Amino acid sequence: MTAQAELELETETMTVREAIRQGLREELERDEDVYLIGEDVGLFGGVLEVTGGLYEEFGGERVRDTPISEAGFMGAATGAAATGTRPVVELMFSDFMGVSMEQIMNQMAKMHYMFGGKAELPVTVRTTEGGGMGAASQHSGTVHTWIAHFPGLKAVAPGTAASAKGLTKAAIRSDDPVFVFENKMIYEQSGEVPTDEGFTVPIGEAAVEREGEDVTVVATQRLVGESLGVADSLEGDVSVEVIDPRSLYPLDTDTIVESVEKTGRLVVADESPLSYGTHAEIIARVQEEAFFSLDAPIMRVGTPDTHMPFSPPLEQEVLPGDDDVKAAIQRIS
Amino acid sequence: MTELDLDSADGRREALRRMVTIRAFDQEAGNRFADGEIPGFVHLYIGEEAVGVGTCASLDPDDYIASTHRGHGHCIAKGLDPKYMMAELYGKAEGYCNGKGGSMHIADVDAGMLGANGIVGAGPPMATGAALSIDYQDRDQVAVGFLGDGAVAQGQVHEAINLASTWDLPAIFVVENNHYGEGTPVEKQHNLDNLSDTAQAYDIPGVTVDGMDITAVAEAIAEARDRARAGDGPTMVEAQTYRYRGHYEGDEEPYRDDDEIERWKEQDPIESFKDRLIERGELTQEEFDDLESEIESTIEDAVEYAQAADYPEPSAAYEDMFVDQPPELQHFANVARTDGGASGGDHR
Repeated sequence: MTAQAELELETETMTVREAIRQGLREELERDEDVYLIGEDVGLFGGVLEVTGGLYEEFGGERVRDTPISEAGFMGAATGAAATGTRPVVELMFSDFMGVSMEQIMNQMAKMHYMFGGKAELPVTVRTTEGGGMGAASQHSGTVHTWIAHFPGLKAVAPGTAASAKGLTKAAIRSDDPVFVFENKMIYEQSGEVPTDEGFTVPIGEAAVEREGEDVTVVATQRLVGESLGVADSLEGDVSVEVIDPRSLYPLDTDTIVESVEKTGRLVVADESPLSYGTHAEIIARVQEEAFFSLDAPIMRVGTPDTHMPFSPPLEQEVLPGDDDVKAAIQRIS
Repeated sequence: MTELDLDSADGRREALRRMVTIRAFDQEAGNRFADGEIPGFVHLYIGEEAVGVGTCASLDPDDYIASTHRGHGHCIAKGLDPKYMMAELYGKAEGYCNGKGGSMHIADVDAGMLGANGIVGAGPPMATGAALSIDYQDRDQVAVGFLGDGAVAQGQVHEAINLASTWDLPAIFVVENNHYGEGTPVEKQHNLDNLSDTAQAYDIPGVTVDGMDITAVAEAIAEARDRARAGDGPTMVEAQTYRYRGHYEGDEEPYRDDDEIERWKEQDPIESFKDRLIERGELTQEEFDDLESEIESTIEDAVEYAQAADYPEPSAAYEDMFVDQPPELQHFANVARTDGGASGGDHR
């Protein structure tokens, strides 16, 4: 579905959490081979309540609680995907990826390639990221760069309720392994969400969330909404264009490059740690394609290479937010 | 292809054929590796033939197996063609994985062979997953996860068996205890005499059988298969066996002596099964010799086929990363097609 068609769909206002749940429900209804597995996704309704009500609606076979066994169920999901079903895994916190990394990096990511394309792996992994709720270092990480970096996996990270639903549905329909990174601080954020069952957000398509002329801000997840707020606050002073890449791998380089060719200035805002990361990749692609359009150095907004500290003032210290986006824009405009 | 089934004379002859094929294939793979024709690593299954063939003798063709790094024997037991296997070992486009997998990742998903695996202990979660699909879709199949004695120490093996047991999935975990985890004896890796005792922790049956005896293996698997199909959950079968060659080809084997190898060879799985078939009047030594030379020429043909086969085109390196190819990779595929490849692939 094109971005234009998206705009013409009937919508309802709902939170990111509700939008993801609606996307899951629609896919469970549409395709019997789709089922959810993960820790507390069933009876409990998901520790962050995303899957609430689905167990009652679809039963324990299709909304299946697992033991606390990330390597086991990540591996089982890979094997199940290779043999005719379409599991949707919830990994409660992305920090737990380490526990299941062998199955992700050596099996899920490599199987299709190692077997010469003869195994298809329609598996979706939903997981939560981000600081801001005092969950400390082992429940607040932003690790999507690992997955976006690792060949053989696709990574998406919605910043709005509509893209949260559309990307979830596209991930489930994909015949490739797709990771959906949900920032836990935006579950309560509301937006207009298309209710048409055919609505999906194609993997690899960015969204221009706000048009502007002077500075491009490429922002992900929570920082999409915060950047839009900053853009409004600077209205009349600096005209800011805000792009949500939505998909980190593949990345819609064209949409970003086109914007930078217009504005000549770029800020990349993503909660992942700054060094060797998502920001660097976006910036590398922009300089490859639009070097001579740049009028100023490219700025990065991210977590300054620390883990997420527990104490609220410390957490606020390292967590990138609207102030940081604003300062970055002002520095180059 | 003749059905592999130890309950009929033809099926027993087929079992013997597959065991001899495994040995001939791996002997030749070892020779060609030593000659430098086969790149990478090869891990040979010689000595363990009764485990793979005995297991597959009690499976249906559409059942699944998830293999190990020592996977050639499992492939042949499952009915894969030595010709395309050898081509894969040579890295040729006609191989089962178009040359992208090699010895350690050889697979044929359509034949139910979910891949050799370079990670020790990674097969059981795969088998649990296949069993999950079977159970979810209410299909009449089972999934076997092969693992070595060394893999019993892996955490993911525990997780896979626990999941399969908790959900009563139709899985069978076959521990090929060849007495060495790479170069370390099994008794230095586990504080257990029988590795099948670990099954007690999951409240599933665990049996230890003579893995040099194809009948013993097949009987244990048949029981496990019936239990799995009845919806009663997984079984662990430990097959005590021995590898005659090193962990990998080129291993100098400082961890064992020749006497030990010779002692195990006295129970050779092919010799003993052959003798039994001769005793039963189903086979003569002459027929066996003919079978051996026939298989030898099959393997020679496989080698010739692999040698003559083409390598993949350079652009194939950028294919099969995904079903839906992203533009990032398309760029490199296009460059490789235009300049014929070998450009280093490190710049856009």
